Amino acid sequence: MTTERPPLHRLGKGLRRLEAVDKVTGRADYTHHVSLPGMLHAKIVRSHVAHGRLRSIDTTAAKAVPGVYGVFTGADILKVIPEPYYGPAFHDQPILAIDKVRYVGEPVAAVVAESPHAAEEAAGLVQVDIEELPAVLDEVEAMHSDVYVHESLRPAGTFADLKHLDGIRNTNVALTFHLKKGDCEAAFKNAHRVFKNTFKTHQVMHVPLEPMVSVADVRHSHAYLYTASQTPSFARTEIARLLGWKENQVTIKTAFLGGGFGCKLYVKLEPLAVALSMLSQRPVRVALTMAEQFYTITRHPTTFTIESAVDETGRILARRCEVIWNGGAYADIGPRVTQKSGFTAPGPYDIANVEVTSVAVYTNRPPAGAFRGFGIPQLVWAYESQSDIIAREMGIDPLEFRLRNALADGKRHATGTVMKSAAIPQVLTRLAERFGWHEPFERGSGRYRRGRGLGIGIKACVSPTTSVAAVSVAADGSCSVQCNTVDMGQGSDTLMAMIVSEVLGVPAETVSVVHPDTDASPYDMATLGSRSTFHMGHAVRLAAEDALAKLRAMAKDVGLDDVDPGNLGALFVRKFGMQAGTVIGTGIYKPTYQSPDKTTGQSEDITPNWMIGGTAMEIEVDTETGMYTILRMENVVDCGTALNPLVVQTQISGAAIMQLGTVTLEEMEFDEQGQLRNAGLSEYKIPGIQDIPRAIGCETVDAYQENGPFGGKGVGESGTFGVASALAAAIEDAVGVRITQLPIRPEKIWEGMRAKQEQQA
Amino acid sequence: MNIDIEFELNGRPERRHVDVRDNAIDVLGRCGLKAARESCGQGLCGCCTLYVDGAPVSGCLYPAWKLQDKRVETLEALNEANSELDPVQQAFIECGAFQCGFCTPGFVMMTRKLLEAHPRPTDAQIEHYLAGNLCRCGTYPEIIAAVRLAAERIAARN
Repeated sequence: MTTERPPLHRLGKGLRRLEAVDKVTGRADYTHHVSLPGMLHAKIVRSHVAHGRLRSIDTTAAKAVPGVYGVFTGADILKVIPEPYYGPAFHDQPILAIDKVRYVGEPVAAVVAESPHAAEEAAGLVQVDIEELPAVLDEVEAMHSDVYVHESLRPAGTFADLKHLDGIRNTNVALTFHLKKGDCEAAFKNAHRVFKNTFKTHQVMHVPLEPMVSVADVRHSHAYLYTASQTPSFARTEIARLLGWKENQVTIKTAFLGGGFGCKLYVKLEPLAVALSMLSQRPVRVALTMAEQFYTITRHPTTFTIESAVDETGRILARRCEVIWNGGAYADIGPRVTQKSGFTAPGPYDIANVEVTSVAVYTNRPPAGAFRGFGIPQLVWAYESQSDIIAREMGIDPLEFRLRNALADGKRHATGTVMKSAAIPQVLTRLAERFGWHEPFERGSGRYRRGRGLGIGIKACVSPTTSVAAVSVAADGSCSVQCNTVDMGQGSDTLMAMIVSEVLGVPAETVSVVHPDTDASPYDMATLGSRSTFHMGHAVRLAAEDALAKLRAMAKDVGLDDVDPGNLGALFVRKFGMQAGTVIGTGIYKPTYQSPDKTTGQSEDITPNWMIGGTAMEIEVDTETGMYTILRMENVVDCGTALNPLVVQTQISGAAIMQLGTVTLEEMEFDEQGQLRNAGLSEYKIPGIQDIPRAIGCETVDAYQENGPFGGKGVGESGTFGVASALAAAIEDAVGVRITQLPIRPEKIWEGMRAKQEQQA
Repeated sequence: MNIDIEFELNGRPERRHVDVRDNAIDVLGRCGLKAARESCGQGLCGCCTLYVDGAPVSGCLYPAWKLQDKRVETLEALNEANSELDPVQQAFIECGAFQCGFCTPGFVMMTRKLLEAHPRPTDAQIEHYLAGNLCRCGTYPEIIAAVRLAAERIAARN
């Protein structure tokens, strides 16, 4: 389908980040550096058991440490916040533990002191007495265990679709999402072949290099919060709810984030910082160490059982998916991951008969939530690993198998939504061309063997969500954008400036982007799920168009034919007789959406756009050790028009490299008691400069998002989708060993090779 | 326990009253400097890189009291004398060698040391010098390109 693409003036051509000089000189603003007069420092005391009843907390020795201002427990929090439970989907997480603890590392008390040293010293002296209870750690076990993490479910009252869960007891299942299309039973009966596999993923952490930090200063009737947050608007709403105040009594300010990746969403440290400021009547800084971040939010471990019915020609006739998401002790946004990503579990394939069951379960592990990809990397890992298994077993080229089944525009997705602006076949084809998929390659012999693999994943942009923006034109003609999109490295400030430039004709480099301050900047749902380019992009476009309309009216008013973007200031002088006045344009964007049917999950309009990413790899395995080297990694995505191609390139390769870390190196290791063995970077290794593939290529296909701002859509996560399964496929291609459980470690490959040898002997 | 220390900071004498538990980053923060910043707290990520008597150290592991009589340099020293960017900084911008920017000062500091010692660095030398700096945004390919560009520029200038 060819769509007319209006010509672009500023967008589509690369622009360096507006804040580049501040970042290379070390002067960019991060909340990390915020310090207020009279500020106290907090240190959190954490649970040492995974599940237990709080008997007592002895704070006597801690209070005696010089410089300590106060030592507070859940009982103290109740004095200032009577209902101290928070969370975006369920109000299940107490600010400090009350009655029970549900994971190792859960906050049970907090010391507030004049210095971080005094706070830390005192925190070590708080005696916490806990009656230990049996714990449940594994998601499959938790489905049927008689150990219950919560006494009853507490869904947030704001979501109509969760209301029926309120008060349910004796379960660890927070939410089950169902999708049903066609007749799976009949299709499986008539299948030529049936494939059933189970794939598992492990728990990992986002590891932003700016550790989470919030500074609260609560006065008599107004709370000021400086916080490293991806969701200033949600933080305001949630803090106001906890305090029983109005939104305009809460101010949330953010700065650049030193990485977010989904861990700085909703509220994390904000409620505690607010409560401690109220209890101590001083500004309080709550800042985590790198190690503490691992006890705060993580990515879901999953168990995904996928069963596919295939005909003689390699067409997938039917697919059953059961995905169990290990949400840890508190729901956070897990139930939304379960639903909003769960419905893509059948993959980017045209399958007539589909059943999906996607289950969010509680366990006694640290909470899991959003993590770059919002559940998609876990799903793609499974369905693309199975694609490869099916193709191999049936003797079909893995690329051809995918192309034969790929969802093209005009076909119905498993949800019933007709695919639009989703370049799935194009991404596969371009990836194969770029990689040289059909060209022969050196497979090696003897000790070192080479293999290749590829894969593709899709994500539905989370919906329905709203973004609001304002564009102001000052009396000298200079322009500013007010919006609550948080620039955490993805280059959103620069993109929003480029959009203003596109509409108003002013140079993008001269547009100022005001950082979120909820007293001044309007509502935005969140900076998450690669939604900002699409949603906030539209809102800023509309705001700039509104400003332009007002400028044009002003020009007409003073007898001018049109607006000269090179000399907007003259317009103000003519209108107001001096350099005076302001023009403010506003824009609100909310895409169309139809809620999925409660029983079948079907919807005509499940998402405003699909994001697509494919990866191909060539690797070499040392057959004596299982050690492997990624010789080449190619990534191709559909992001519609690449609105700022320079940032798009870096986002694709950065996403792939981060994902590669979680696939090859990273794993939170728990013992049977639920103790995390490797919090912190000394034993949890993230990729360094020596860990990246020898060659990395990135490309965007020539595509246009019809309903996107200037043809664009998000790209922050697409590079993550195909990485894990492509690597597993390449390993099987090289040495015949199939890894079904992440991470892909050399010892697993070695064990697989040894098992094969024993079998053959 | 608190003690008084005197040291040279970016070419100027500095006198500070420090807690013996303070590390170098705690003190630099109180001096109003932000470029060297603590992240992992274990000397593994390189975000807190500064020079002490000309040698790069992890500020998070460097006790403040040990700064006594030392010559300390942070990234800020580079841009104090003139407003022009160092060739390494310029190359990082041109190659898009950062996203969130939190690790960038550390990378710039180590790259400068690399290029001082090895004006035409090999891949192995680049990896060796920058192995102690982590970038969670994964901009390593761009960082390697920036190091090479800066090396070329410096060589052309000399």
